[in-house]
Amino acid sequence: MAEKNKILLQGNEACVLGAIRAGMKFYAGYPITPSSEIAEKAAELLPKHGGKFIQMEDEIAGIACAIGGSLAGLKSMTATSGPGFSLKQENLGYACIAEIPLVVVNIMRMGPSTGLPTSPAQGDLMQAKWGTHGDHPVICYYPSSVREMYEYTIKAFNMAEKFRTPVLVMTDEVIAHMRAGVEIPEEVEIIDRKKPEWGKSYLPFKVTDGEEIAPLAAFGSGFRFHVTGLAHDEMGFPSNNPLRNDEMIRHICAKVDKCNDEIVESAEHFTDDAEVLFVACGSVARTALYVVKQMRSEGVKAGLLIPKTVWPFPEKALKALSSRIHKIIVPEMNMGQLVYEVERIVKGDSTVTLLEKVTGELFKTEEMYNKAMAVIKQ
Amino acid sequence: MSSWLNYLRTHRFPHIWCAGCGNGTVINAMARAAEDLKLNKDKTSVVSGIGCSSRGSGYLDCCTLHTTHGRALPFATGLKFANPELEVLVVSGDGDATAIGGNHFIHAARRNIDLTLVIMNNNIYGMTSGQYSPLTPTGALATTAPYGNIDRTFDICKLAEASGATYVARATSYHVSLLKKCIENGIKNKGFSVIEVLTQCPTYFGRRNKIGNAPQMLRWYKDRGVLWKPGTKEDPDKIYLGEFVNVTDSEYCESYEAVIEKAGGKK
Repeated sequence: MAEKNKILLQGNEACVLGAIRAGMKFYAGYPITPSSEIAEKAAELLPKHGGKFIQMEDEIAGIACAIGGSLAGLKSMTATSGPGFSLKQENLGYACIAEIPLVVVNIMRMGPSTGLPTSPAQGDLMQAKWGTHGDHPVICYYPSSVREMYEYTIKAFNMAEKFRTPVLVMTDEVIAHMRAGVEIPEEVEIIDRKKPEWGKSYLPFKVTDGEEIAPLAAFGSGFRFHVTGLAHDEMGFPSNNPLRNDEMIRHICAKVDKCNDEIVESAEHFTDDAEVLFVACGSVARTALYVVKQMRSEGVKAGLLIPKTVWPFPEKALKALSSRIHKIIVPEMNMGQLVYEVERIVKGDSTVTLLEKVTGELFKTEEMYNKAMAVIKQ
Repeated sequence: MSSWLNYLRTHRFPHIWCAGCGNGTVINAMARAAEDLKLNKDKTSVVSGIGCSSRGSGYLDCCTLHTTHGRALPFATGLKFANPELEVLVVSGDGDATAIGGNHFIHAARRNIDLTLVIMNNNIYGMTSGQYSPLTPTGALATTAPYGNIDRTFDICKLAEASGATYVARATSYHVSLLKKCIENGIKNKGFSVIEVLTQCPTYFGRRNKIGNAPQMLRWYKDRGVLWKPGTKEDPDKIYLGEFVNVTDSEYCESYEAVIEKAGGKK
């Protein structure tokens, strides 16, 4: 393959290059470690590539401005870290109910509150799903390499455009600041939002058979309509009709749920004959893979499942594995979040053991190996 | 049909506001200003936050965006910056613009981005039924100030001026000709424009504070309103109206064109 396409990138830089490749033309955000390199790279590259960058006065304004940019027709992104992710939650829900495409990057650092800035953690996994109030769809990618930061940022834009919904790219500080040679693919699939046809009446929130997701016109493109965070009718105007409320909420959730098989991604390593299964994400998955290989060299039949979408979780893949692997180990840089999802899915098929870590340090291979071996020998 | 009515979504009437509310008068003035300036409805956007004032966006026939509490300005900033061809107006209330949205207010002014912000100041949180806002006068009663409000108030116009807005004016729901003219001049200004409109809330402010019903509140504005002129020695019992600032300075979206040029990008 063409070596000339391989470049040394930091995880955060790869995210921005992926975003530009996907067609990002608008970035609004607020500085926060360990995600600031995303804003810095976007500030440098967007004006070169026909786009616009703005640093807003706070995290809330960052996401609000990005939503405005998207409604003006530009593919938009904002990025943040723990405390900023907490601040963005209300407007994340706004983009869900108003069905506005958006990519939100969250580089996890240790919390709660200011916590341990720039120390890696995985404390936002549940916040990513439940952080904003009310029922809403969630698509959340969790890259575990620099290359995946590039690839999944592109996919995040594609899914946001396709499903008219905000999509999260979330990873831990280790992946965001890691540097690696990344081969830039020559061809990638790019999806753009559907736009309404001229001359036809436009109902921006109308769901029809075979056309689950209504097209989205840009403000200023000739279609006049109303967008609100209130429960609304097919025109976008506020509605208090109980039947319509039910229809609207179910629609924003179902448009993603129905396509779970298309969205969900995971990777498996050594699972074919595995007798013990690790389930891990991000930098923890990298440590787990090393540990699995070490165990294999010692005759322990270990395997690894890496969810690439934490939401929706790769439920079918885990269910298939748990039907034959009865010992599952979930190492996490928190006091247990992913483990709840694993337990919910395996429903007692297997014993599930959490390996927790909240020191603000990444999992070391020896530490994970020793703790996991103690579980295996039980 | 009068052509200014074309700027209203009359099919959305009756509106949700209380009898005697001044907000409809402000929306009326906005529609008339739009008609006078012959604004292209397809290229005009009205953005609002949350509160009584912010329901105004739904009654104007253009691209309308009803956002979250206090955040209308950053949403509007995104729209305008992404597409500077859009004429973007923002309607907000005293609580929405200066309490929860206070930070966005001063920063939008500082950037001098080409937005026209109309703040309906009714001195109270009306939508949530009468709690005190940053514009509730000291000593006034509110549901959360049952013994009288001890907070001091903002002067919205002075705050806007100090923050860098290039057009700043005040009118009331009684002084409708002035109001329309100020909105028009605000739209014409290439930069951040702020029009504070004192508007009566008989339901939650006037009644509790013994100012009276809607006509009595309008009379209150009429009796106290005087046109401000440079050098005016201000009397605290008067309401100063008219244009306080109308200057030219670099506009944010235009300034970004220079960034694109320096970066070697295409416009």
